[in-house]
Amino acid sequence: MIAKRIFGSDAMAFWFLAGLFIVTVLVAVLNLATPEDAALHVPTYLVALLGKYLCYAILALSIDLVWGYVGILSLGHGAFFALGGYGMGMYLMRQIGPRGVYGDPVLPDFMVFLNWKELPWYWLGFDNFLFAMVMVALIPGILAFVFGYLAFRSRVTGVYLSIITQAMTYALLLAFFRNDMGFGGNNGLTDFKDLLGFNLQTDGMRVSLFAASALALALCYLLCLWITRSRFGKVLIAVRDAESRTRFMGYRVEGYKLAAFTLSAVMAGIAGALYVPQVGIINPGEFAPQNSIEAVVWVAVGGRGTLVGAAIGAIVVNFGKTVFTGVLPELWLFALGGLFIFVTLLMPKGIVGTVPQLLDMLRSRKAQNAVAPEPPKTEASTPAGE
Amino acid sequence: MQIGDVTPKPILYVDGVTVTFDGFRALNDLSLVIAPGEMRAIIGPNGAGKTTMMDVITGKTRPDTGTGTVAFNGDVDLTKMDEAAIAQLGIGRKFQKPTVFESHTVRDNLQLALAGLRKPFTVLFAKETAKEKQRIDELLELTKLTESLGRLAGDLSHGQKQWLEIGMLLAQEPALLLVDEPVAGMTDAETAETAELLVEINKTRSVVVVEHDMTFVKALGVKVTVLHEGSVLAEGPLDQVQANERVIEVYLGR
Repeated sequence: MIAKRIFGSDAMAFWFLAGLFIVTVLVAVLNLATPEDAALHVPTYLVALLGKYLCYAILALSIDLVWGYVGILSLGHGAFFALGGYGMGMYLMRQIGPRGVYGDPVLPDFMVFLNWKELPWYWLGFDNFLFAMVMVALIPGILAFVFGYLAFRSRVTGVYLSIITQAMTYALLLAFFRNDMGFGGNNGLTDFKDLLGFNLQTDGMRVSLFAASALALALCYLLCLWITRSRFGKVLIAVRDAESRTRFMGYRVEGYKLAAFTLSAVMAGIAGALYVPQVGIINPGEFAPQNSIEAVVWVAVGGRGTLVGAAIGAIVVNFGKTVFTGVLPELWLFALGGLFIFVTLLMPKGIVGTVPQLLDMLRSRKAQNAVAPEPPKTEASTPAGE
Repeated sequence: MQIGDVTPKPILYVDGVTVTFDGFRALNDLSLVIAPGEMRAIIGPNGAGKTTMMDVITGKTRPDTGTGTVAFNGDVDLTKMDEAAIAQLGIGRKFQKPTVFESHTVRDNLQLALAGLRKPFTVLFAKETAKEKQRIDELLELTKLTESLGRLAGDLSHGQKQWLEIGMLLAQEPALLLVDEPVAGMTDAETAETAELLVEINKTRSVVVVEHDMTFVKALGVKVTVLHEGSVLAEGPLDQVQANERVIEVYLGR
């Protein structure tokens, strides 16, 4: 009963949002309002780390929307995340102004170093925060729209689609490595000073970014929840379960896939934009296919097609990664691979799907031991025939 | 013969259609005319082109013979349309293997199938209307699934899934129903009930049934078309067709 109440769909949404809110407030208060030597003080590095996890949770949520609900296994969502991150990075670079090593009032250091005389056209406007934020959503959105339009119209599905999403992020990785691209090449964008005029290194700014990430996660979650419960969301699930049935029913499947894929990319872009000021750097490594695959593992671990599971999976796996890479750094990838195999084989519904099952099992075992147990009224136990 | 020459306008008109896959002729100059309100049974050995014929009609496969060779309602050219457009036009298709949305409830399956909203944006804001609710209740009644409306479609028995799929097809309000082997894997009782259901459906819609089960075809009591190697071998009442020398030779394998 209690398990049902906590993990039943509406209650789960409530507890997730409540938990997120409480943790955010606690972390903020314990960081800002307690002295550094207090026992309960949350150090600033931890605030930034948690903020990073929340960004990963948004990325996982965006992957769950397309993978869990439409069945599109994207192995290139890291690309949208990184593009959002670069958008934010460009704004932060322009904020440095004349404080760079070379002191050029307009050009970022790496451009001065490359002997460029003026800002490339695609950097124009990025000194404006609003413009940069629009681009953070628009650029991943446009890429996803064009990519998705071509792929879905040609009815590329399944493993073939996954492979071309990998190719997409790999192509971007190679492109962003080139100095000529004008995004800092190998080193990427870094040495950020401030955001909207506030110093990025202060505790207040760290907490603000963390809180902004929590807010973004909550809003993205609510949006996904609303979409997946609408009739549109039911069509998405229909496409996942029986694509041709949906088509022969008169739904133009391409349009639904494209809408979900584009929205998902925008969400990933926003996650990337929040991530960059908290980690202080964005470089082409973020485009590595490995990142995208890791993000898919988070979703699988948390529970595909549950939204909350995706977010929880991202946080749990990354916490594990932080701990593990501290103790046995060279074994992390093996642990991740092992975790993926373990989850796929033994917990196909992920944490969110399995934990209530286990609780139910414990409960029914208790009920069996109790005197005069009520007959279980589960629908699954009714005979399948007439 | 030009499309539109036949009176009354046929609900489905297939004129000399050929489809080849890597040199294999799945359909070979196939012609077929279904009158409005007619029910037609299509039989034929494996590989006779029954499924390919359905693919051509529903827009999944394009005929080699070009435009204007497959027409709906007399003059609507189906060869230029995609599956979604053809479905919206009023042609429903039931697959051989029951295909329902397993992780949706029975009721949601029917709701999604209801004729009307198909555009993503309008569907996003759709609220179920009283009319829609009434239609869903009717369909639940008709397919004997009222008791199971809240169950996941994946938990239904094989026969119930077949019926749910037929209910979903009816929800689309099609003028023409294409039904691929509806009684495969059904018990005798279910088979008889399904024949009754199709006869009932045929009162308001044209139906094309592809089937192997001869008792079932007999129970339908309609005109039969025999396909062989992608073209029509014989056409007529079942007993007449069964007496046909050529049919006995290729189909009954004697």
